[in-house]
Amino acid sequence: MRIPQSRGPVSAALLELLKTSPTAAETDLATTLRELTARALGETADILQDDDLQTALFLAYELRYSGLRGVDDDWEWHPEVLALCAGIELEFEKALRERAPMPELPAPGVESVAAALFELTGSDTGPSVSRYMAKKATDEQAHEFLILRSIYQLKEADPHSWAIPRLRSRAKAALVEIQADEYGGGRFDRMHSELFARTMRGVGLDATNGHYVDVVPAITLASSNMMTMFGSHRRLRGAIAGHLAAFEMTSSQPNRLYGNGFRRLGYDKDVTFYFDEHVEADAVHEQIAARDLAGSLATDEPELLEDVFFGAASGLFVDGLAGTQQLDAWTAGTSALRVADTASLPA
Amino acid sequence: MTEPDEQPAQRWDDQWADQPAAGADEPVSITAYPNGPLLVRGTFEILTPSGEVIPPRRKTVALCRCGVSTLKPFCDGSHKAIGFKTEQEPPAPQPPLSA
Ligand code: FES
Repeated sequence: MRIPQSRGPVSAALLELLKTSPTAAETDLATTLRELTARALGETADILQDDDLQTALFLAYELRYSGLRGVDDDWEWHPEVLALCAGIELEFEKALRERAPMPELPAPGVESVAAALFELTGSDTGPSVSRYMAKKATDEQAHEFLILRSIYQLKEADPHSWAIPRLRSRAKAALVEIQADEYGGGRFDRMHSELFARTMRGVGLDATNGHYVDVVPAITLASSNMMTMFGSHRRLRGAIAGHLAAFEMTSSQPNRLYGNGFRRLGYDKDVTFYFDEHVEADAVHEQIAARDLAGSLATDEPELLEDVFFGAASGLFVDGLAGTQQLDAWTAGTSALRVADTASLPA
Repeated sequence: MTEPDEQPAQRWDDQWADQPAAGADEPVSITAYPNGPLLVRGTFEILTPSGEVIPPRRKTVALCRCGVSTLKPFCDGSHKAIGFKTEQEPPAPQPPLSA
C-alpha cells in the first residue's frame, strides 16, 4: 500500500528506518526507534487510542500483507521490526486483558461454549451504528462509514487466515469452511473483500487498499491490529477463534440494516450487494464459528477456553469503542474521520 | 521419449471408493444447530414451490427453522432476536428410517 503518514515520533522513526536497506540497517536509526518506542509505551495514556503507536504497529503489520510501496520486503522479518511489534503488542494485549469485560467462563464443551458465546454476543449493548445507518445517516456519513470500514474490509478474512495452520482437527476444518466462503469459494468476483471494493467504487470512493488510512482514528487501526496480533501468534489462536465467532455472531442483522441504509439513500444492488450477501453468509458462519470452531477448539484444548472468550470480548470491546466514537461524532454533527495532517511529513 | 508408465495413475477416489468424492455427488448432510438453523452441506438443489432452482450462493447454507427469517428459506440470524429455542438433541443416535 501507499505509505501512510506518520502520526508521532515512533511511526516517523519507523518510516525513516524502512526507507533504508534492511541489509545495511543503520544502527542510529534503529537505536532511535527503540528508544522512542520504549518512551512512548511508558508514556501512553491509552494505547488503544494512541495514534502514533497504532500507526507504527499497523505499518509494521502491513509488511505481512500487501507490503508498503517503496519499502524493501525483507523488513517484514527484520529483528528491529519484530522487536517494535513485540514491544507494542505486549502493552496492547495487556490493555485488552485489563479492559475488555470478560463473561463468566463456561465449562469446556461444544454446547456450553457456543451457548456462552451466543449469550455474550446477544447481550452486547454496544452503540448501534447499524440502526443509525438504517434510519438517519446522511450520504456523507454513509461515505465515512465505508471509509472507516475499508481498513479491515479490503483485507476481509485475511487476519483470521493466519490461524489456519495454527489449528488442528475439527477447529481447522471449521475455519477453512468459513474462510473458503469469505474468499468467494475461490471465485475472485465473489471474494468478500472484492465485494466491499465494489461497494466503495459504487459510491465513488477509491477502493485501493490503504487509500484512506490517514483519515481513520487510532481505534480503527487498533481494531485491525488486534486481529493481526491474535491471528499471527500461535499462542493467541484461542483469541482469534473467539474473535471470529463474536464478529460473525454480531454481523447478520447489522448488515441487513446497513443495506437498508444504503437503499434508503438511493443506492442500488451494486452498492448493497455486499451487505445483503453478509446477512446470509454470516448467519451460516456464526453457527460454524461458535460451535465447530470456537466450541471444538475449547473442547480439544481446554487451556485455550479463556482466550476464546478473551478474543470475543476484545473484539466486542474495541469495536464498541470505535462505534461509540463514530456515533458521538455524527450525532454532534461532526465528522467521524480524522483530519489528515497535510503539513507534517517526516523530516 | 520415455515410455508411459504401464500402471495407470490411481485416482484418489479409487482408494476411498466407499466414500463420496468431495464436491461431486456428495450425499447431503443436514445438521441441526441448537436454537438455530439447519446447515446443509453437499450437492443439493433448493427449489421454489413452482419448481425453480434457487441459485446457490455458497457451498454450505443455513435454512431457517424458526420461521421469522426475512430471507427464507435461508436463515438471516433473526432466530436470536425472538429467542428461538429447540429441544435438546436426543442423547443417542436414533434408529435410521428404512432406506
Ligand atoms: S433459524 Fe435463523 S432466522 Fe430462522
